[in-house]
Amino acid sequence: MTELGLAQISRALANGEFSSLELTQEYLRQIASENGDLNAFITVCEEQAMAQARAADEARSKGEAGPFSGIPIAHKDLFCTKGVRTSCASKMLDNFISPYDATVVENFNRAGAVVLGKTNMDEFAMGSSNETSFYGPVKNPWNRSLVPGGSSGGSAAAVAARLCAGATATDTGGSIRQPASFTGITGLKPTYGRVSRWGMVAFASSLDQAGTMTQSAEDAAMMLNVMAGSDPRDSTCSEAPTEDYTASLDKPLNGLKIGLPVQHFSEGLNSDVEKVIRDAVAEFEKLGATVKEVSLDNSHLSVSAYYVIAPAEASANLSRYDGVRYGYRCENPSDLEDMYKRSRSEGFGAEVKRRIMVGTYALSAGYYDAYYIKAQKIRRLIKNDFQRAFEDVDVIMGPTSPHTAFPIGSKNDDPVTMYLEDIYTIAVNLAGLPGMSIPVGLVNNLPIGLQIVGKDFAEAQLLNVAHQFQLATDWHKRAPGK
Amino acid sequence: MEWETVIGLEVHVQLATASKLFSGTSTAFGAEPNTQASIYDLAMPGTLPVLNKEALKMAVKFGLAIDAQIGMKSIFDRKNYFYPDLPKGYQTSQLDYPTVGKGQLVIDMEDGTQKTIGVTRAHMEEDAGKSLHEDFHGKTGIDLNRAGTPLLEIVSEPDLRSAKEAVAYLKKLHSLILYLGISDGDMSQGSMRCDANVSIRPKGSDKLGNRTELKNINSFRFVEKAINVEVERQIDIVEDGGEIIQETRLYDSDKNETRSMRSKEVANDYRYFPEPDLLPVVIDDEFIEAVRATLPELPDVKHKRFCEQYGLSDYDAMVLSSDLNTANYFEDVVSGCNNAKLSANWVMGDLQAYLNKEELPISRSVISADALAGLIKRIIDNTISSKIAKTVFEAMVAGEGDADTIIESKGLKQVTDTGAIEAMVDEVIANNPAQVQQFKEGKEQVIGFFVGQIMKASQGKANPGQVNKMLKEKLAR
Repeated sequence: MTELGLAQISRALANGEFSSLELTQEYLRQIASENGDLNAFITVCEEQAMAQARAADEARSKGEAGPFSGIPIAHKDLFCTKGVRTSCASKMLDNFISPYDATVVENFNRAGAVVLGKTNMDEFAMGSSNETSFYGPVKNPWNRSLVPGGSSGGSAAAVAARLCAGATATDTGGSIRQPASFTGITGLKPTYGRVSRWGMVAFASSLDQAGTMTQSAEDAAMMLNVMAGSDPRDSTCSEAPTEDYTASLDKPLNGLKIGLPVQHFSEGLNSDVEKVIRDAVAEFEKLGATVKEVSLDNSHLSVSAYYVIAPAEASANLSRYDGVRYGYRCENPSDLEDMYKRSRSEGFGAEVKRRIMVGTYALSAGYYDAYYIKAQKIRRLIKNDFQRAFEDVDVIMGPTSPHTAFPIGSKNDDPVTMYLEDIYTIAVNLAGLPGMSIPVGLVNNLPIGLQIVGKDFAEAQLLNVAHQFQLATDWHKRAPGK
Repeated sequence: MEWETVIGLEVHVQLATASKLFSGTSTAFGAEPNTQASIYDLAMPGTLPVLNKEALKMAVKFGLAIDAQIGMKSIFDRKNYFYPDLPKGYQTSQLDYPTVGKGQLVIDMEDGTQKTIGVTRAHMEEDAGKSLHEDFHGKTGIDLNRAGTPLLEIVSEPDLRSAKEAVAYLKKLHSLILYLGISDGDMSQGSMRCDANVSIRPKGSDKLGNRTELKNINSFRFVEKAINVEVERQIDIVEDGGEIIQETRLYDSDKNETRSMRSKEVANDYRYFPEPDLLPVVIDDEFIEAVRATLPELPDVKHKRFCEQYGLSDYDAMVLSSDLNTANYFEDVVSGCNNAKLSANWVMGDLQAYLNKEELPISRSVISADALAGLIKRIIDNTISSKIAKTVFEAMVAGEGDADTIIESKGLKQVTDTGAIEAMVDEVIANNPAQVQQFKEGKEQVIGFFVGQIMKASQGKANPGQVNKMLKEKLAR
């Protein structure tokens, strides 16, 4: 039963094929046997999960079950969970038990979901390989010598390895889509502001967005139904109306206009990957879509702009980790400055420190205009590029990543190579648009993801497009051999 | 050489909102440490700010009262620095787009002249918590109750030319924020805090000298003393051929001196950037007009009205209008007794003397405006003399009842019976032939002696007007 997707589980629970407790126990058994090697979970909430499962079964027996009642999921370990460690995969928060629930967590609890545990990630979501975690790298279930991608590598690996049917994740520059691509699952990053950031530990506030890791688009729609909506506790959360994201999944794609950015099919793209992507686009044409080239003229500037804006915001967001009120504090500080310096030097990992330094530099007097202001101008240009493209097309498609998953340890020496991992995904965050990655093929038995980008708040359309593809193909049903 | 002093003030006013600037936590003063600190105030991971609209309204209200440009789009920024009582590691403030832009404040000097002082801007920001260095055995305690309390930082132009002007500016500001009801203005509790930027330059020069920033001057008196002592220090240095170092200096009120707060010159780089957790604050004309509708009559308008409506002198009108509670009290007295001149005299005279002695604000006076009006009415209708009225006032302060009760119980009613007064006049004239002789020889001031004798005989109750008139008549015969 752990092979099932969320929608299938929902139906099976409703039909009484198995109980939530049976399913939860089965997942917990799988996690117990697999996680030691895979390292997808930082914390497993065994007792809490079983209690939630029993409560869901009881609610169901009283006829009080909703579509999400009793469904086991996992949360990326940067969503605050009351009474449960919320580490952000950092030594800094290794001892941090959150006193409150994130809005996303609260919404799933209210919907009756069962929380199996907290998934591994790059430290403070900074990384593209899940190697910067204080708790060690996550392995790719397709090939355990490879990375699962990052930063939501734990959520991606857990879903790919069928240790849960759905997991929350976050995406600041590609952290949902790239690991979804590397592990052959469906990842959805909604429009900035679609899902509340309250209780989501901040990396880069103007870019961070919560989303989903699932087997299919239908499952993603189910999760988004629980997550989306305004929140008075998050001023940047949109008040745009939500909809039932499962309602329009079955719409045919006749007349859908797809744009292919020339910049995403140029040098640097692995030719085998390109072929898989072009085949997927051809499949959409068979489904009634038309295809044309579009140009995102400033896409070559996106990585540079991102690596000014994101670190700048991060440098301030991470200032609160000072050893004063919670989190890691160094042993026997001699004075205040010593406490600050050693707590932060010892508590943060190398990549986090690198980005704090970069961000602090970019905001410094004399450099602010040259870096931060200029990056914001580029951000505006990138947004304009998308707006222009969307005058002609409904969705934009291309590869999520230039290649398949790479070996653990292979890119650790050169941060810039690692930063270029997100070359196709980053611009979407800068523009605030919704994006997905869905599995569309294999190269050397490793999954390839297709990125689909939509207009602001066009999540329902993206999910419809992805679902129609998944009705016609079975790439999303491929699971790694164990 | 003659020196000119140049002063600009930065005044932090704590806005009197029920909750903090970005969280729903109470702002009440005096709670146990850290009992008024929510997860946002503690900067827990994942928490986010939500702007308190009441604070925004108060800032706009202040802007309208000083005739300032209101920022239709104001933007909050992060001001980054590490300090243990600053939980987020940055203060959320406003840099380039404050809620209140250029405005002005007219100050009243003691000699009755006025001067217009430019207000550069007033921006909203959150307060920090408090570091407690005592009682922790070499460690520092942190109290975050105050962290996140809304502040309005009001920055003046360097238009002030003396410590006295600085105090007048501060008093006017204090009066205004109380009028607007946007702060309790209590300097002793830190609801209003002042930093002064002070420099000197040769008289006639239009170039600004190096300035020092004076901190810890949290009373009107200390502002004056601190500025004066700092100006003297600067003049001494410059006249000895030295140079003023731009720095922050702390005022020590015990020693009446300023001293450098930092040994080395630290140019703090606060790395301001727009707060990404908050959207720009956009307001429209409708919002502004709704706030404008809540503006009370402002001190300057009231001052003018007091002159015109009540025929008060400029000075009396200024004194009575500078404090809202005093102004309201005064008007209540007038409406109770219908005599503005007597009301003004009593409020500014005996009542104020009593309040000063007891160190009470007028809001806590034991004598209500109605009660004072009741007393004044008895002066107007000749029931008692002004002199007896003082006795009645003392008894009212002592809690012996209202004016009529006291007059009755103590038998202080004026004697206006002509027969009784005539008898006393005749008796005094008969008993003092020498003084009668003096009067007849033209020494008219001796009449005071007779009046005194009669008032003594009547225990002050004889109507002085009647006594005077009758004495003159009889002595002239």
